[in-house]
Amino acid sequence: MKTTALLLKYVVRDVMRSRWLALYLIFFAAVTEGLLYFTGGEAKTVVGLMNVVLLLIPLAAAVFGTLHVHHNRDFVELMLTQPVSRSAIYFALYLGVSLPFLIAFVVGIGVPAAIHGVVFNPPILTLLAAGSALTMVFFAIAYLIGVVVQDKAAAMGVAFISWLSFAVLYDGLILALTVIFADYPLEKATIAMVVLNPIDLARIIVMLTFDYAALMGYTGAVFQEFFGAATGIIISSSSLIVWTLLPVFIGRRAFGRKDW
Amino acid sequence: MKHLLIIALILWMSPAYAGTQKAYPTGASTLRTALSNAREGDTILVMPGEHSGSGYDITKRITIIGMKGAVVDGHSSGGTIFLVNADGVAFRTLTIRNVAVSYVDDHAAIKVLNRVGTDIDGCRIENGFFAIYLSKSANCRVANNTIIGAMRDESNSGNGIHAWTCRNILVTGNTITGHRDGIYFEFMRQGTVLNNHSEQNARYGLHFMFSDSCSYHNNVFASNGAGVAVMFSHVVEMIGNTFRNNWGPTSYGLLLKEIKEGHLKDNHFERNSIAIHAEGAGHFLIEGNTFIRNGYGLRILGGCEEITVVRNTFDGNTFDVTTNSRESFNTFSGNYWSSYEGYDLDHDGVGDVPHHPVRLYSQLVEQMPSSVILLHTAFITMLDLAERIIPTVTPDLLVDNKPLMKPRAQQQ
Repeated sequence: MKTTALLLKYVVRDVMRSRWLALYLIFFAAVTEGLLYFTGGEAKTVVGLMNVVLLLIPLAAAVFGTLHVHHNRDFVELMLTQPVSRSAIYFALYLGVSLPFLIAFVVGIGVPAAIHGVVFNPPILTLLAAGSALTMVFFAIAYLIGVVVQDKAAAMGVAFISWLSFAVLYDGLILALTVIFADYPLEKATIAMVVLNPIDLARIIVMLTFDYAALMGYTGAVFQEFFGAATGIIISSSSLIVWTLLPVFIGRRAFGRKDW
Repeated sequence: MKHLLIIALILWMSPAYAGTQKAYPTGASTLRTALSNAREGDTILVMPGEHSGSGYDITKRITIIGMKGAVVDGHSSGGTIFLVNADGVAFRTLTIRNVAVSYVDDHAAIKVLNRVGTDIDGCRIENGFFAIYLSKSANCRVANNTIIGAMRDESNSGNGIHAWTCRNILVTGNTITGHRDGIYFEFMRQGTVLNNHSEQNARYGLHFMFSDSCSYHNNVFASNGAGVAVMFSHVVEMIGNTFRNNWGPTSYGLLLKEIKEGHLKDNHFERNSIAIHAEGAGHFLIEGNTFIRNGYGLRILGGCEEITVVRNTFDGNTFDVTTNSRESFNTFSGNYWSSYEGYDLDHDGVGDVPHHPVRLYSQLVEQMPSSVILLHTAFITMLDLAERIIPTVTPDLLVDNKPLMKPRAQQQ
């Protein structure tokens, strides 16, 4: 634990020096400020912001997470010669890259929102929470890919494809299934499909806080009921936790076995 | 003793007191005796206290005035409380409550059958099964009443103001809550509904059918079970009304069904699941209305034609316009659309690129409701973009060629 903390400090310090991290923060700040400045309605702002968050966080995590593993190869090899457990190194690396990005995201959106006095509005708070969860999930997945796939270019490719699947293709699949099984009651099936994809889950949770105009009719009622009730909240947050912990521990195992 | 009473009664009704009778909760001069003793043109003062009972027949042209603290209580038994069987009867500031519920008869606090010139002003009706019930009557006025129902469910409650086969009825300044339909018109001609508040009724805030040449101005219809439904009528004028918070899977701000020759102007639709649902409507002018934060702004189904939608403001609706048809026989022009993505090079306030308010995705949701779950996804945005560039599914005739860059100044 102590070694993890010590290593984490070094990794974080290293990541903090990255120009990409600063750019990431400035980008979110600029988008938030721009949306708050130019669009009147609050719902509109959050929809715009949500679209950016849902696309960009998984993409940034996939790219930077995977790259981080490969860029720190020398550091890892050096550390492994020391009497330090592999777990400590792995967790320090994973947290060391994900936490700065998490903080950059929260600060990037939080500061402009605070200036406009909307930071404690439920939609913004939910968006911050959902974005934070997505950061942890997709850095975990990216780290797993970075550790498992040896070649840097191949790892980038795999990371990009996984991002594309979660962010875009999965929704195409949902739509295709909806069309194919249009004659059947699909509400429970769609809830299951949504819960299984962290991006869709984050989207629905954020939307239910403000844009539930969207979710109407019978389907809307079913979703409202599910995500409004305790069971729905427990199931959806467990899904996000499992999506974080599962890749972290599989990645940790792979890291432990890996011959550097 | 008996003689004395008669003498007293004659004295009391002598010219000095002509035209005014007092009805006390107890004693010799009750409401019932006052009503039967009254002559044409008399005024009955309902004195403070609780007057029990129902089935008060009014057979002469009289005015009934409720004094402060006077209540006529039907105790939820018997039938209709006041049955108006004379022309020119007026009710003023009277409180009536607890009408019996019936599944056979339409019991009401005040029921007018086949009469003209009834005037009900400033009354308060609590827990009326039906509150005010006009049938085959004409030239009546229902004004400034407070009508509070018992919030029973749809099948166990009656309407607040109910008018059947009437002519020239003025309904103004009333507040109606907790009934089945707040205001219900059937076979009405020349009805005028002004400045009423109809809120939290089990079914519709306003419901009319087969009611031609009626106008509705500056009313508020809010939080009703299913909003406002108007059907099978001609020449309908709705101006300056507010339709708010009519929210739910089967709720509408305004349902237009088989309505011809209507004029909808300067109405305000906010936070309704469907602001306007038009089915079989035609020859309609929809102008200057605001649609804010509704689920669907305008839902125009296939059977609608010659609906002109001009100078409206569509802001922050999930879907501005949807339709289930590829054809469009309606005109859209000069509206403000918050979803408009065009530009205005010559700065005349009108966008240079036509706006197609119907998205591919809204067509999809019309056909497969459960695909609503994909709202605001990158995938759907891409589909919509592709459709916008090359329209294949959405009606390309449904287009606003002069979309405004900025919303018109609010009227209210």
